[in-house]
Amino acid sequence: MLRYVANRLLQAVMLLVIVSAIGFAILHLAPGGPLSQFAASSQMTQEDLDRVTRQLGLDRPLPIQYLDWLGRMVRGDWGHSYRDGEAVLSVIGSHLGATLELMVTATIIAVLLGGWVGVIGAVRRYSLFDQLATVGAMIALSIPTFWFGLVTIYVFSIQLGWLPAGNRETIGDGSMLDLLHHLIAPAMVLALVETAMWGRYMRSSMLEVINQDYIRTARAKGLPERRILALHALRNALLPMITIAGLQFPTLLGGALVTETVFTWPGMGRLFLDSIGYRDYPVVMGILMFSAMMVLVGSLLADILYAVVDPRIRME
Amino acid sequence: MSIVVSQSAHPTPGYAAWRRFRRHRLAMAGALIIILLALASALGPYLLPFDDTYIDIMKRFAPPLSGAHLLGTDELGRDVLARLMMGGRVSLSIGIIAMVIAMAIGILVGAFAGFYGGALGAVLMRLVDAVLCFPTIFLLVTLAALTEPGLLTTTLLIAATSWMSVARVVEAQIRALRERDFAVAAVAFGSSNLRIMFHELVPNAIAPIVVAATLNVATAILLESYVSYLGYGIQPPAASWGNMLNNAQIYLTSAPWLAIAPGVAITLAVTSFNFLGDGLRDALDPRMNVT
Repeated sequence: MLRYVANRLLQAVMLLVIVSAIGFAILHLAPGGPLSQFAASSQMTQEDLDRVTRQLGLDRPLPIQYLDWLGRMVRGDWGHSYRDGEAVLSVIGSHLGATLELMVTATIIAVLLGGWVGVIGAVRRYSLFDQLATVGAMIALSIPTFWFGLVTIYVFSIQLGWLPAGNRETIGDGSMLDLLHHLIAPAMVLALVETAMWGRYMRSSMLEVINQDYIRTARAKGLPERRILALHALRNALLPMITIAGLQFPTLLGGALVTETVFTWPGMGRLFLDSIGYRDYPVVMGILMFSAMMVLVGSLLADILYAVVDPRIRME
Repeated sequence: MSIVVSQSAHPTPGYAAWRRFRRHRLAMAGALIIILLALASALGPYLLPFDDTYIDIMKRFAPPLSGAHLLGTDELGRDVLARLMMGGRVSLSIGIIAMVIAMAIGILVGAFAGFYGGALGAVLMRLVDAVLCFPTIFLLVTLAALTEPGLLTTTLLIAATSWMSVARVVEAQIRALRERDFAVAAVAFGSSNLRIMFHELVPNAIAPIVVAATLNVATAILLESYVSYLGYGIQPPAASWGNMLNNAQIYLTSAPWLAIAPGVAITLAVTSFNFLGDGLRDALDPRMNVT
């Protein structure tokens, strides 16, 4: 087990190095590279620019610059926002809570609803319910998230007036009930794609388990069907879903970006787009790197957790 | 990939696949809708009396079915139907062209990684893993914001952020196929590595490649809509399904039709390509059917 974890950890570190190299390359793609902020200001002469270039060490060879940049990233110095000079990590930190709130709520909806639909679909394979669920899931996966957000706002906020059209709270209220009221619509929108994915994977995982010998044995023993499904089948079918949760993470994060835009949700995705609008490259790069690292850690945790609950994995 | 409809008593594999595909009603419907959307986008603008960029400030926000404008007009008095059709040209072309480029990159990377394996394969596939760590929309929007927006840039960037799944599919296929007898025979014949890769192995992996290509078009259309909606893709006055929704939220209360038409078009196109891909998967290789 320890060897498996160490192995997996080493892989993750290797990936992180490649991810950081890609991030560094993108940073230098920016018009004017890391200097763009100064180049945009008309008060700076070419001489000033050259001096800043030397001061920031941008005249050194790229590999040296990369190592220097990597070193600062590792030490937690991710640069400062062009907008207000705040440290990038603390800017991200102050927006992370809102995004996580959205993501966790959407995941809970997706796991419960998608899991239920998937299990029923597998147990009653090719039934009307199963067919409708399969088609519904495909359509849900094809709807652009932001457009589903617009439709939700139109129906539930503009036409029915049940839900607020955006923001995390009513200014001056901010009670638990108010927060929940604001959470419903964006969480629902973000959960759409996740629910469809969970439904599809849950269905195929459950189908695989149902055809296993030990399920037939349980039936042969005369166990009631409900008990077989709940205790024998579902528990085993849930195991691979740990991996799915890890794999779904990038989609979930990307979906949060779009959902936050539509609902003016004050999270990381909203911050990301605002920062791009302001050409605030340190924050943009920070969020890009931060999200890639979240994805990496997410899949690492999913793999380790899977190995813990299913010893067969460690053998490979 | 050509599907041959054979008249002989012994059905060819292609005919069997076509019969399986025909039974997949949703895939057939998808193919039909794609053809209709493409035809409407290609020919429709010639049949309409309105130009997609013609601004008629006196006729702003005309609701659908009121007078000459079938789907109404937008905030500048432009005909929504004309923009929808011209936008369809842009969005569908981007979907197809980005797919072709993404397939080329993915097949190349996957074939080399799967054929040579070892250190080269490991490095290439770790690169795939690393790019997949970035949530696609974040990566795409960042790259789009850093470069000059336009038709070509948007297409290339969508391809650059969607080739990885293809590389994974092709790598797995090639790695398995190169152990097979016909590949070993090709080596014995003295064929060059490149010839074995692209004349022997890749053609034998054509079924999963065609499926991946179809699903890739769906992803590309979706990505175009995201990046254009956020303002970093196709720039006005040119229309695309994504950028037509760009301002739709502001006018959601007064002119909801501006949001409905492009959204329905995107959903219809993406769903159709997804169903088509599903049907092709079932038809070309029944064993591949996992879900």
